[in-house]
Amino acid sequence: MQTKLAGITISLILCLSTTLVSAQVKDTTDLMDMLDKETASHPVTNYTSATFKTTRLINAHSIENVAGGVMDVKISHRFGEINGGFYELFGLDNASIRIGVDYGITDWLMIGIGRSSYEKQYDGFMKVKLLRQSSGKKNMPLSISGFAGMYYNTLKWSEPDRDNYNTSRINYTFQLLMARKFSEGFSLQLSPTLVHKNLVPLTTDPNDLLSVGIGARQKITKRMSINVEYYYQVPGFKLENTVDPLSIGIDIETGGHVFQFIFTNSTGIAENQYITGTTGKWSKGDIHFGFNISRVFTMKKTKRKETK
Amino acid sequence: MKKTIFFLLMLTSIAISTEAQDIYFTRTGKIEFHSGSSLEDIDGVNNEATSMLNVKTGEMAFTLLVKSFTFKRALMEEHFNENYMESTKFPKASFKGKITSMPAINTSSNGSFNVQTEGELTIHGITKKITAPAKLTVNGGKITGVSNFKIVLSDYKIEIPGVVAEKFSKETEIIVTCIYEPRS
Repeated sequence: MQTKLAGITISLILCLSTTLVSAQVKDTTDLMDMLDKETASHPVTNYTSATFKTTRLINAHSIENVAGGVMDVKISHRFGEINGGFYELFGLDNASIRIGVDYGITDWLMIGIGRSSYEKQYDGFMKVKLLRQSSGKKNMPLSISGFAGMYYNTLKWSEPDRDNYNTSRINYTFQLLMARKFSEGFSLQLSPTLVHKNLVPLTTDPNDLLSVGIGARQKITKRMSINVEYYYQVPGFKLENTVDPLSIGIDIETGGHVFQFIFTNSTGIAENQYITGTTGKWSKGDIHFGFNISRVFTMKKTKRKETK
Repeated sequence: MKKTIFFLLMLTSIAISTEAQDIYFTRTGKIEFHSGSSLEDIDGVNNEATSMLNVKTGEMAFTLLVKSFTFKRALMEEHFNENYMESTKFPKASFKGKITSMPAINTSSNGSFNVQTEGELTIHGITKKITAPAKLTVNGGKITGVSNFKIVLSDYKIEIPGVVAEKFSKETEIIVTCIYEPRS
């Protein structure tokens, strides 16, 4: 009797355990679950893309590069000051223009040249991606790029009688661009900047000018965003009679074009003119309406591959 | 009695191991799509799709990261992720379904089978029932699955703005190529 009871108990337990085991088997046969587990055990690095719409936040550079083999033709246009009144048709009678071409040598290195009507200045720059914001297998909270630009103005000498050196026409800009895309819509950038001018207007002016840029963009639709850009010039390391530049803009993207409509207190467009040479005051209505138009051409069609 | 228990345990463990052997797997599935018209090629390729196929039951599952699609033009890739697929919001696309009337596949002998598949395709957060023809080819213990079908982007709430609408074809062709190996 005893053994029989034990036998029944054992077989009952057995039955139970078998159903348990088979239930487990059933669970694992849900292929999607298995697949999800499989992919979860092999995480990939997810690099953040499109922190900003284009390579310029407004006037100065964003951390974005054009991709390798891509040429970007940029036409930047600033009208005159709005407080010129009806006589100047609120600034529309005047214009400051920069025409430039950027090219991506690789996905992480771009170069560009341009010419500004303001101060008849030629410029060239290069921008290198140093770090990319990422999540997943590799975690990186920030994207960081390095920027270096050189500028050569070709204005007639203001004092032709004194000894004028060709090197006096040259300026340099060095920037460390640090940005984070906090969410799909919001990105923030900090840009510590050094501008070196070989020749400054006053003997009391320093040649090395320091500033910190802060810029942000907020997407309002999938193809439109509002941008703000401000450069704080460090007291003692700025030119006299210049003010901090502040710009507000809207990016509109349509296919291969990006239109940027902006309001700024700066007449100059190139980095050295904009960051360290702005004299207009927002409070006095020295505001320029302007736009940047960018058209992208793919010169080299390469099958690009993200590194794993 | 003990013998019976042992035997039953053996049986269940055998049952489990056969289950595992029926599953074929790939991590390098290729999913291509062609969405362009005569005006512009809009082609994307993803070589990192993961998929499983149960050769006994015909069940199958696919999943991929939308961001892993590559394009010939960098800007197209950005627009694909940012504007059309919203890949931050919907990082994955998947298919879960089965082969209707699964042929008896002997993975140790070569051969090919034309089959019909049906299941649920999830793109851009929207799930739709689809059916597609496919071909399974057994060669040297590996199974190659190929399928070619069409979807309509608006079914998955992928909006194409009017200005670029002419660059897109009405239907998007999707080509799936997976080489499965037994799951170890």
